[in-house]
Amino acid sequence: MLCKRLIACLDVRDGRVVKGTNFTSLRDAGDPAELAARYDAEGIDEVVILDVSATLEGRRALARTIEAAASRLFIPLTVGGGVRSLDDAAALFDAGADKVSVNSAALADPALITRIASRYGSQAVIVAIDAQKNGDGSNFRVFGRSGSTDAGRESADWAREAWDRGAGEILLTSIDRDGTRSGFDLPLTSRVSRAVPIPVIASGGAGTPEHFVDVFTKGDADAALAASVFHFSEHAVSTLKQTLAAAGVPVRAC
Amino acid sequence: MIAIADYGAGNLTSVMKAFRACGADPRIVAEANGLASARAIVIPGVGHFAATASLDDAWRAAIRGAFDRGTPLLGICLGMQWLYEGSDESPELTGLGIFPGRVARMTGDVKVPHVGWNTLEHSSASPLLEGIERGAAVYFTHSYAAPPTTECVAVTTHGTPFAAVVEAGNVAGMQFHPEKSGRAGLRLLKNWMRDAV
Repeated sequence: MLCKRLIACLDVRDGRVVKGTNFTSLRDAGDPAELAARYDAEGIDEVVILDVSATLEGRRALARTIEAAASRLFIPLTVGGGVRSLDDAAALFDAGADKVSVNSAALADPALITRIASRYGSQAVIVAIDAQKNGDGSNFRVFGRSGSTDAGRESADWAREAWDRGAGEILLTSIDRDGTRSGFDLPLTSRVSRAVPIPVIASGGAGTPEHFVDVFTKGDADAALAASVFHFSEHAVSTLKQTLAAAGVPVRAC
Repeated sequence: MIAIADYGAGNLTSVMKAFRACGADPRIVAEANGLASARAIVIPGVGHFAATASLDDAWRAAIRGAFDRGTPLLGICLGMQWLYEGSDESPELTGLGIFPGRVARMTGDVKVPHVGWNTLEHSSASPLLEGIERGAAVYFTHSYAAPPTTECVAVTTHGTPFAAVVEAGNVAGMQFHPEKSGRAGLRLLKNWMRDAV
């Protein structure tokens, strides 16, 4: 049976993990490669490196970060943040990324999805969607540029278009829940997951193991992504997988 | 040496890295005639079956010749599918036809593409599966699959059962990505290398 995936997200700026971790066993908790390897050993199913560098020097550091992380990982590695062109994507693949995630650039130029998918395959293209509930709660609007600009699209519609243009997966982040630790946005996740035949990765709001159980059993998610809940405790991944298995959610044994 | 056939279908970095992690010294071979000296050949591949159009007459002759000489072959994902007679994904193309049958779109009340970790169910004993527990999970990403025929030594089910690991004589295939399948994936590659090289 196809397992539900747990994905650890590392926000990286200038080659360093932003926010760091409490892992006392790591020599350098800010080193993305060391943290990624640690998650792999603990049983995480995938790793996402999200580059939040604002400077050119920071972006140049990204290729080295990916190379270092990829050299120690034998599970899928996705890299996102600032991918604006096929050349940007190519540089990430060359450095060792298995998939790239595109967000704002795909909103501005949807054909970018097709260009990357045509060269590297749909399995290598994730379209990231940042969504926020509208005023009356009847649908979820898409926001670009790190959640600051209304893209003029509805989330399920944009997910369908992204799939149609060649996206292999959707990374769906709830702006309302992001950072709140109050649980994933189940109506949003379910709505988008049912709209497309490709996997939907739920993001934003993870705080407790029960939140993960809910997003898989009620939110129709295929995978769930989190950062801080994995960063701040040892054995978080294996404990979480035990909780999921006990709730009847199929997971890969650690 | 283990030759990794680079016929233009995608990124080979992770395949190279995984073989190196298994203690091998793989070489990327970008010309069909470079396969003549190989002790074992890996045919990788991701994406659409149309990409196998790059496996032209020269590549076909080189790989068929290696097969006839008894050189071990391993097809990964699309590379495995190409070892069958053909695929419904690109009906105008023909595969190498070492394995009988055609590759067809996955069906059932499930999402396609099939992306993520799914479990292997051993269907017959094989040295390839040594150390791989029943139910071990490996990483898949594909929309088309081969039927579970007699060459199949491990089956995976997504909607319906399909061939996950196939083996016949000097040819093996893995529908998943062993290079992305953690410890289980590396063990499968080591098992293949042990018997192949």
